[in-house]
Amino acid sequence: MTENILNEMNLIKPAMLIPLLPLLGFFITSLFGKQLKHASGWIASLAILVPFICSAYIFMNTDAATSFEVPIFDWIAFGKFSIPFAFLIDPLSILMLLVVTGIGFLIHIYSIGYMHHDEGFSRFFSYLNLFVFFMLLLVMGNNYLVMFIGWEGVGLCSYLLIGFWFKNQSYNDAAKKAFIMNRIGDLGFLLGMFFLMMMFGSLEYKTIFSKASEIPVGAGLIVITTLLLFVGAMGKSAQIPLYTWLPDAMAGPTPVSALIHAATMVTAGIYMITRSHVLFALAPFTSDIILIVGVATALFASIIGLKQNDIKKVLAYSTVSQLGFMFAALGVGAYKTAMFHVLTHAFFKALLFLGSGSVIHAMGGEQDIRKMGGLRKALPITNFTFLIGTLAISGVPLFAGFFSKDEILANVFVHSNIFFGFLVLTSIITSIYMFRVYLLTFSGEFRGTDEQKHHLHESPVTITIPLIILAVLSTVGGFLGLPSVFHATHKLNEYLGNVVPSLSEHEVSHNFEYMLMGSLTVIVFIIIFAVFNYFISKKNMPEASEEEMNPLGRFIYNKYYVDEFYNAVFVRPVMLLSDIFLVLIDKLIIDLFVNAVAWLAISLGKGARLVQTGNTGFYVFAMVISMIVLLALQFII
Amino acid sequence: MLTLVLLILPLIASLVLLATRGNASRSLALLFSLVQLGITFYVWNEFRNTLAADLPAKFGFIKDWISRPNISFNIGLDGISMVMVILTNLLLPLIILSGFNRTIDRPHIFYSLMMLMQSALIGVFVSFDGLLYYIFWELALIPIYFIAFNWGGVNRKAVTLKFFIYTLAGSLLMLFGFIFLYWSNPLHNFNWNDLVNNHTCGCNQTWLFWLFFAAFAIKIPIVPFHTWQPDTYKEAPTQGTMLLSGIMLKMGLYSLIRWLLPIIPSGVMQWNSLAIALCAAGIVYASIIAIMQQDLKKLFAYSSIAHVGLIAAGIFAINVQGLQGSMVQMLAHGINVVGLFFCADIIFNRTQSNHVEGIGGIRLVAPQFATYFMIVVLASVALPLTNGFVGEFMLLYGLYEYNHWLAVTGGLTIILGAVYMLRMYQKVMLGESVMENMSFPDLLWNEKVVLISIAVLIFFFGLYPKAILELSEPAVNFIIEKSLIK
Repeated sequence: MTENILNEMNLIKPAMLIPLLPLLGFFITSLFGKQLKHASGWIASLAILVPFICSAYIFMNTDAATSFEVPIFDWIAFGKFSIPFAFLIDPLSILMLLVVTGIGFLIHIYSIGYMHHDEGFSRFFSYLNLFVFFMLLLVMGNNYLVMFIGWEGVGLCSYLLIGFWFKNQSYNDAAKKAFIMNRIGDLGFLLGMFFLMMMFGSLEYKTIFSKASEIPVGAGLIVITTLLLFVGAMGKSAQIPLYTWLPDAMAGPTPVSALIHAATMVTAGIYMITRSHVLFALAPFTSDIILIVGVATALFASIIGLKQNDIKKVLAYSTVSQLGFMFAALGVGAYKTAMFHVLTHAFFKALLFLGSGSVIHAMGGEQDIRKMGGLRKALPITNFTFLIGTLAISGVPLFAGFFSKDEILANVFVHSNIFFGFLVLTSIITSIYMFRVYLLTFSGEFRGTDEQKHHLHESPVTITIPLIILAVLSTVGGFLGLPSVFHATHKLNEYLGNVVPSLSEHEVSHNFEYMLMGSLTVIVFIIIFAVFNYFISKKNMPEASEEEMNPLGRFIYNKYYVDEFYNAVFVRPVMLLSDIFLVLIDKLIIDLFVNAVAWLAISLGKGARLVQTGNTGFYVFAMVISMIVLLALQFII
Repeated sequence: MLTLVLLILPLIASLVLLATRGNASRSLALLFSLVQLGITFYVWNEFRNTLAADLPAKFGFIKDWISRPNISFNIGLDGISMVMVILTNLLLPLIILSGFNRTIDRPHIFYSLMMLMQSALIGVFVSFDGLLYYIFWELALIPIYFIAFNWGGVNRKAVTLKFFIYTLAGSLLMLFGFIFLYWSNPLHNFNWNDLVNNHTCGCNQTWLFWLFFAAFAIKIPIVPFHTWQPDTYKEAPTQGTMLLSGIMLKMGLYSLIRWLLPIIPSGVMQWNSLAIALCAAGIVYASIIAIMQQDLKKLFAYSSIAHVGLIAAGIFAINVQGLQGSMVQMLAHGINVVGLFFCADIIFNRTQSNHVEGIGGIRLVAPQFATYFMIVVLASVALPLTNGFVGEFMLLYGLYEYNHWLAVTGGLTIILGAVYMLRMYQKVMLGESVMENMSFPDLLWNEKVVLISIAVLIFFFGLYPKAILELSEPAVNFIIEKSLIK
């Protein structure tokens, strides 16, 4: 025991360094950006590498039973509440720390190459550092309010980075949209915290989770609380109905899409629910809602992905869809499985985005897959790593996505056959659109301009090395969680076992497991063949313009017109209301009333002035009359 | 005695400044305000190290003034007053400094009025005698009237007249209220302690509530008593607008806490649900108007109405989180709104335009300014770790404890605030300039000093709200205890 405490004392300093260094990096790169020039990229990367080493150090010196707090200072105290600024180090936060700093570091290195010619080079890295700082607060906080700091902070950085090229107002629109939609979710989160404060008198995880055991399952308050928290998660993790900001967010530079809008920030909602699993386990109704929302999002987003021609847009919808998978896992109570998919998805989706960035880089900014093709010769490393990413996300056996997706499917199957069916369908669609993108980009003949053709080149090492590392991780990452059929230990489940105990392990039978894996594998290979046959052998192309599509295709291409719907139902009415309030109520009704009172006073004054005639006789007369009236009144009273 | 120094020093400054001319008046005013700030820090430190029981003896100053009616010159400091004094004296140097590198007519009179204003504001915040308080309350109106009237924009005459008469009318109602309290108080005086302890006042407080409420609601302003405000903020010179929005409207909020809640408790109990509903509706109403507002200063004016509406709602919730939140947020709002209007001034100074959609592209040419403006905007939309968040969080929680649905309504400010602020920032600062031949030099030295100070204050109080919370907690608890007596 004492040894344990000593050990934890030694880990407090590295734990404090973890968020401190990115913050320091932010200040250095933003204040001295001009002087540092391209050195700021390396400084910023170092500011993430050291925290990664610290996280790894903590990981290696702790075990699955670790859980200790790192107090920093007292933040807000009022009445009986005291909300500290403190960190919690346990396997769940350590896992997230490793993901955030590890992948964050790779993406920093990648950005050095990718952003090399950008005039806002230092500014870019200062924002990235700031983002990592907030993301670390999000996963390290020992209470909901510190999580909320990180939560809103990453939203800010997302806003700054989506609108990084701020000369372009449509990018700024996308940034603003992301921030506002997240704020809608944040209001839910905030109200959820109020309910927690009322019920538990605290926002600290420790206190809340230990007191939560006294609450009966399905109690009304806990259902409302978890629903509100889930609203927060919907905003941050882009679930129906708050998902439309994420595809627009692709306006940001590609490394941003990889780091923020694929690997880390958008998984914050999953982290939050996993962290609060004690509460969610008490609210079956909320869990059902999460399952429905997750499955619906997974399916609808993947269908949109089929019709998009912008390489980053496809990946964006794919992210929304994969996040839906994770929520489906949360909905059936498979919290560890959701975290497993967070992990593998972080590997292969970051890889895919960075790969697409490498393609865009080579194509001189072109993002339309109809104008690509045949890039495998000019970009061999990108081609190979992108292929691995595609195989991983499609669930080809032995690649990372295979194991985590299979685990989700098996868990959902135990819960409900229908949702299982939808998810299998989604999984099939996923491999279709991913191979469509891969094949149209890298196979066949080059369809771009001659100028682009001459310009084609493999990216520099700062770009290719992160790609290779992520490709390796996407290949072997799945072995952290081998299913029991293989008679191996599920390392991730074991590691997280103390934070997220398995409530009731619904093991699917081994026969079913074999059948599921086998049939999915067969299906994937059939799809690969079919897609190859359709686009490469028969040389079919996506429609060149919207007019050529059939009505259904156009409906999907336009994302079911959800943006237009939101505009008509929310945005325009509020704008109209704004004018009505100002012109009708403020100016006309209220101000008219105020002015009328003033006018009344003036008129009274004018009336009274008439009495002042200056005629002595009239004054004497008035005086006499008044005296008579007063005397008379005295008699009467 | 220390309190008296804080009250008198600006008054002396005001007189001294009349004898100066030109730029010297401005520099001297800054010097005086800095000395005042130094004294404030000293007082703050002394205050923290004084036991609650010793506060009246140490900071109080009582002299009989008029025997019939019984009015005494009774000033003192409790935690709430202390925060307001800090707010006033912290902002004044910034407001004065923001006038550097600008030319102004008759600066000696302008800055003399400003120091007079400071003295009157301090007077309002430290008076513990009703009539003395009332005198300072009215006194504060005079300098700001002349500032707006003489140095304002094109429509200043009509607008300032409306402002003056409107607030004066409210004050008159309050005077009636005080006279009534005087007679119903068995000791026949205006002493705050006696009024607080005479909470039944042997009367029906229904209408008494409205006499005071009207005066404060106009000053704050709470919708629908707000129509004087956007025009006045637009027409007044920027420094006047800063005084008005940063400090003067806090007179109304402060007075709710000091002169309404504990003195007319049963009237408050009877009407506070209506008052809160009005405030909450006002938050949404003003925020929605701000969304489509085309004039930068008016946009900030409406956003200010929304923010103070939330503060007032939190005060009427009468719980520790609401009231403590209001203390933090009054300070935060003061700092942020001064920042916002200063940014508007910087933009107007260079472009001669206040039109939200008519500028654009400033960030390209003035990146430093863009950064500070962004920080102020973020504080104003209550991003965590800025001063705006702590107050808003506590106020909304106070409101939540009072009624869950009101917290949802008030909470809309989180979304709507982001909508109008980010829209404004995007149109004005981002993209490419829509203005022809815009020349926009980046920050001048005084602008830099002011904005850096504001940024530092934003993060200081965002990270360390305890500085304020621990100051006001005992006094706030006392107010709550007195307000909840049936």
